[in-house]
Amino acid sequence: MTLLEGLTPVAPTGLFPLAWLMIAIPLVSAGLLLVLGKVTNSFGHYVATLAPIASFVVAVALFADLLGRPDAQRAVSVPLYTWIKTGSWTINVGLLIDPLSILFALLVTGVGSLIHVYSIGYMAHDPGRRRFFAYLNLFIAAMLVLVLADNYAVLFVGWEGVGLASYLLISFWQHKPTAATAGKKAFVVNRVGDLGLTMAIFTMLAMFGSSSFVDVNAGASKLSPFWVTLLGLLLLVGACGKSAQVPLQSWLLDAMEGPTPVSALIHAATMVTAGVYLVVRSHAIYAETSIAALAVAIVGTVTLLAGAWIGTSKDDIKKVLAGSTMSQIGYMMLAAGIGPVAYPFAIFHLLTHGFFKANMFLGAGSVMHGMNDDVNMRHYGGLSKVMKITYYTFLMGYLAIIGTPFFSGFYSKDSIIEAAWEKQPVLGALALIAAGVTAFYMTRLMFMTFWSSKRWQDGVHPHESPAVMWVPLVLLAIPSVVAGMVMNAWIAGWLAPAVNGEVPLNPSWLPHITVVGMVTLAVVVAGVGIAYLVFGRTSIPESVPYTRNVFTIIGRHDLYGDAFNEAVFMKPGEALTRGVVALDTGVIDGAVRGSGALTVGLGGGLRKLQNGYVRTYGLTMIIGVIVVGIALVIGRLV
Amino acid sequence: MNPNYYVVLAAILFAIGIVGFLVRKNALVLFMSVELMLNACNLLLVSFSRVYGNLDGQVASFFVMVVAAAEVVVGLSIIVMIYRVRHSANVDNENLLRY
Repeated sequence: MTLLEGLTPVAPTGLFPLAWLMIAIPLVSAGLLLVLGKVTNSFGHYVATLAPIASFVVAVALFADLLGRPDAQRAVSVPLYTWIKTGSWTINVGLLIDPLSILFALLVTGVGSLIHVYSIGYMAHDPGRRRFFAYLNLFIAAMLVLVLADNYAVLFVGWEGVGLASYLLISFWQHKPTAATAGKKAFVVNRVGDLGLTMAIFTMLAMFGSSSFVDVNAGASKLSPFWVTLLGLLLLVGACGKSAQVPLQSWLLDAMEGPTPVSALIHAATMVTAGVYLVVRSHAIYAETSIAALAVAIVGTVTLLAGAWIGTSKDDIKKVLAGSTMSQIGYMMLAAGIGPVAYPFAIFHLLTHGFFKANMFLGAGSVMHGMNDDVNMRHYGGLSKVMKITYYTFLMGYLAIIGTPFFSGFYSKDSIIEAAWEKQPVLGALALIAAGVTAFYMTRLMFMTFWSSKRWQDGVHPHESPAVMWVPLVLLAIPSVVAGMVMNAWIAGWLAPAVNGEVPLNPSWLPHITVVGMVTLAVVVAGVGIAYLVFGRTSIPESVPYTRNVFTIIGRHDLYGDAFNEAVFMKPGEALTRGVVALDTGVIDGAVRGSGALTVGLGGGLRKLQNGYVRTYGLTMIIGVIVVGIALVIGRLV
Repeated sequence: MNPNYYVVLAAILFAIGIVGFLVRKNALVLFMSVELMLNACNLLLVSFSRVYGNLDGQVASFFVMVVAAAEVVVGLSIIVMIYRVRHSANVDNENLLRY
């Protein structure tokens, strides 16, 4: 194994000075759709679909250029302009295109384009279609800013941009109170994470005088252990918020209120993986602090278990997939926390997960489309016969996520479990168990949706979705199957220079069969088998069965995450506000009103002196004169 | 010269003025009381001017007379107006400016 130094960015040549077009095209498209308004109602969604495709073309061209370069030349810095210049700080806006960011750009624009195409069909009859596409474009632009930025401050702009797009799209159907609330919840929970990230950026500016990746990477090793650990933990808080990691996970399940393409694009394939990107991008910091790196791994492990747990107990197909997303991102965080050996696997799993989870979410959308927007899996069943294309593409995603050999998820997830097993055996064992749970809940989903007998409600006539929806499904199913095989031998070597990773000795497209790999397979088979025993042999009740199983009850309540937040943060917060209000009305307003009342009272008393009798005034003056006179005489005597 | 008698006289006149101002009700009598007090002051000014042998006090007493004359012009016209309206110059009735 060779440990490579981080890449030093080189000046842009060829196509690279035009890299900003990737961001500008969807941004301009979003602006046009929002500003021109109803004029674009008839064709706006086509424009909006072409925008990410154009960005994708640029990304592919840049990727091809990078492929042709020697390792050391593969990080290109594209300076754009100076954003803030004050005192000793200069913050430049620039793009950094390196092996890590270009993979993200390809994922965001590639999967994003397919989801745009899919949305043409999915949102065909929605009155807010133009607004929807404008927000999707806004999201693509913001996400590209996030991954292409060459410093943390610009990254933060993209970070907030995707947060805004996520908020707008979760509450897209704002006439539904649940959707409006879910959007607000996502926004508020994300603010907690953003606080961590902003404080990390402030720390960088204070410590390094710069927030650019190059300066931070160079300076990380010179920091004192306290500051570097603090920096690592603050970045972790930021990553937790955006990636729905415990303890900031509660917003992701509610985010499923948004339209299904949004859940696929933002809350499964791209935005929620930004936290993983942040941690991997900050590899130089985590290399200096084993405490923060361990914290990342522990958070990842807790989340991957929590997400899998939730996935086993939900009946809402989108919430099962959301729990699964949490869980898979937990795997990526675990890999990112393990260290250099696993960084490429974190990104590898991120990419394969982007494919198969987007595929399954869009498949779920296709199912909902055929079932009159019902999301309850207890009303599904037997759909494999009526929705053949959706079924087979979903099946590919299913086989990929549970880790069937030769499917994409197998390569990426097994690599993570093996790496975890080597470095942190306890976390590795937990990740191994979660792999079995994943197999269990995904098999349950397949039984309840596609395989078991029909439990359709009256008036529901499932049918296959139009081609504009199933073509993206097919295009996503292909990488769900083959991405692992294609990238397995290549990705570690490709990413290693950019993330200071280690290059494995014998890369190959064949699965790397080890003891841990065999055990994982056995656990997965056990998970599938248990799911078959529980759900495959008996009919599935149409209403939620009563259960005394504590684990199921806890899972149905999202592990009481909301109850926890309510008891620990909301109730004391409310008590505090009530206290402050009481203080305000009692003490502050009391003082103001009291002084007013005092003045009125004094005035009321003093005005009695004005009794209208001249002699009273005269007497007052005389008394005054006498007093003054006495004072003068006494003054003279003393 | 010895100013004692003049000072005592001025004090007596001033006291009469005060008492008159405080106990009488007719506006004209009040006016006369005020004039009495002013003239008590004038008497003192002139006496001490004589004692110290310079003219400052006498000049001041002229000023007092001029101001008193102006005051009488304004005051008397107001009293006459009030008397015409109310047929009385009783100051206790003119008590509209009170709380």
